[in-house]
Amino acid sequence: MMNTKAAPKASKPKVNWMLTVILFLGTITVFFPLYMTLNIAIKQPTEMTNDVAGALAPPKEWSLSNFAEAMRVTDFWNSLGNSLLITVTTIILGVLIYSIVGYVFGRTMATNKKYKFAYFYVVSGMFVPFAILMMPLVKQTAQMHLGNQLGVILLYIVFYMPMNVMLYASYMKNIPIGLEEAAYIDGASTFKTFWKIIFPMMKPMHATVAIMTALGTWNDVMTPLVIMSGTGINTLPIAQLNFQTQFGTNYNLAFASYTMALIPILLFYVICQKQIIGGVANGAIK
Amino acid sequence: MNKKKKMTGRQKTFAAIMIPALLLFFCFNTYPMIRGFIYGFTNYRGYGDFDWVGLRNYADLFTDPRIWNSYFFTFKYAICGTILVNVLSLLMALALNAKIKAKSFLRGVYFVPNILGGLVIGYIFSFFFTYILPALGQMWHISWIENSILSSKEFAWIGILIVGVWQAVAMTTIIYISGLQTVPDDVYEASKIDGAGKWKEFWDITFPLIIPFVGTNLVLTTKNFLMVFDQILSLTNGGPAQSTESISFLIYQNGLDGGQFGFQSANAVIFFIVIVLLSVFQLTMTSKKEEQL
Repeated sequence: MMNTKAAPKASKPKVNWMLTVILFLGTITVFFPLYMTLNIAIKQPTEMTNDVAGALAPPKEWSLSNFAEAMRVTDFWNSLGNSLLITVTTIILGVLIYSIVGYVFGRTMATNKKYKFAYFYVVSGMFVPFAILMMPLVKQTAQMHLGNQLGVILLYIVFYMPMNVMLYASYMKNIPIGLEEAAYIDGASTFKTFWKIIFPMMKPMHATVAIMTALGTWNDVMTPLVIMSGTGINTLPIAQLNFQTQFGTNYNLAFASYTMALIPILLFYVICQKQIIGGVANGAIK
Repeated sequence: MNKKKKMTGRQKTFAAIMIPALLLFFCFNTYPMIRGFIYGFTNYRGYGDFDWVGLRNYADLFTDPRIWNSYFFTFKYAICGTILVNVLSLLMALALNAKIKAKSFLRGVYFVPNILGGLVIGYIFSFFFTYILPALGQMWHISWIENSILSSKEFAWIGILIVGVWQAVAMTTIIYISGLQTVPDDVYEASKIDGAGKWKEFWDITFPLIIPFVGTNLVLTTKNFLMVFDQILSLTNGGPAQSTESISFLIYQNGLDGGQFGFQSANAVIFFIVIVLLSVFQLTMTSKKEEQL
């Protein structure tokens, strides 16, 4: 391996085949759990013998009946609808709110002490773990009649605010103020200037924020679990938790349900893989 | 004159944006946090009446074996997890940044665990630990996995650790790859001329240059591992014999259902302080290292 890497300086370095092979073999660690899940999901309980082959050998007969049954048992479409509603609304409202708040901070922080203080107040919220907010929020949302999807959306918007406002505020350094001044001279309002000039220029940041918010909210368990408990409103992950007793030892049914819970996000990933990896890396480093 | 008027209009717009945003943030972040602090001084059970108990909850926290147990478990899990994740991710990043075929495909595949939810992944691995691993253990005569590790007081935490690491490596690797890409190629060329070996090249050149990324990753991984919840819920539900109760899990379990609303509020305050101290400590550590270089 060493030798192939220390190739002649002038020419292009050679492909490290050994490393390539090792990395391809390593993808088993990712594919194996997914294979196992899908495999069990399309098998019938009668094929589940008590040895390794029972779970891992390919099914003799493909059947989608487990999926149909799981959809019925877990009220799949409702859970999917709630997950989509919560995630999409949080992303749209989040991007609008974070970007305009980040814009104001970005333009005022350097010269105005009040805004600087407000900025640090919001950003310090990053240190607050959900665990300390959880119990009071359960009481508070119940009192405010927000023990529902709207409550969860509001909590997400507030919970992701510190991180995302910081991202937008620091991104404002890249956008010269001269662009806005030109618009003022033409008589545009501050809000209109933001919407027409600044907001479109923040596009790379929108992608990062939208993707991080999407992954965070789609997979979150704790918030909907405590806020909507007892209401019968499920998100996709919460449905998996709440229907554990119904699945019982029917693993085929359970795994069909898990498969359906994983498919939407996997599809999203396959379609926007580049943006997701780029967005996540972008957000984490800043 | 005209310009001045415009600027005050601008200030008004700024205030009109900022005030509702700050109110919203206060209402669902600062206010519940203050309430959490206050509940910590009461014996509130989550319903009914309550009395002020001063600092008694805090005193009781230090003598409660279940609390100690959860802190011990959570820190053991977070420390092992952070080390494992960062070592593995650094190796993965070096490999995925090397001259290999199908680079973007491989990077794409190794990122998949990060996008999947911890709860469902936990259920899937739970099946693996309960049925597949013991079967393999019997086949190969490895005694400690012949029974499900999740039902063993000694090994259950390792099952949770495996799932946590499997998911976390994906994200950490991506950050290390971005770090490696900031190292300019000519730095490596200079070291080749000097005849430095790969190992020496990594420690002398690459590693010091990516120290800021190591700092970011250590903070992120430790924090995420300290807040472990979803995997506990789906893998062990805190068991067996309360051996895998994380701090967050215990706050959830006993605070909301166990009648310890006040007591667990005090626990949450301590947990909050721990998280803040840790973040500050790690950030100053890494910035010091950067200065030295």
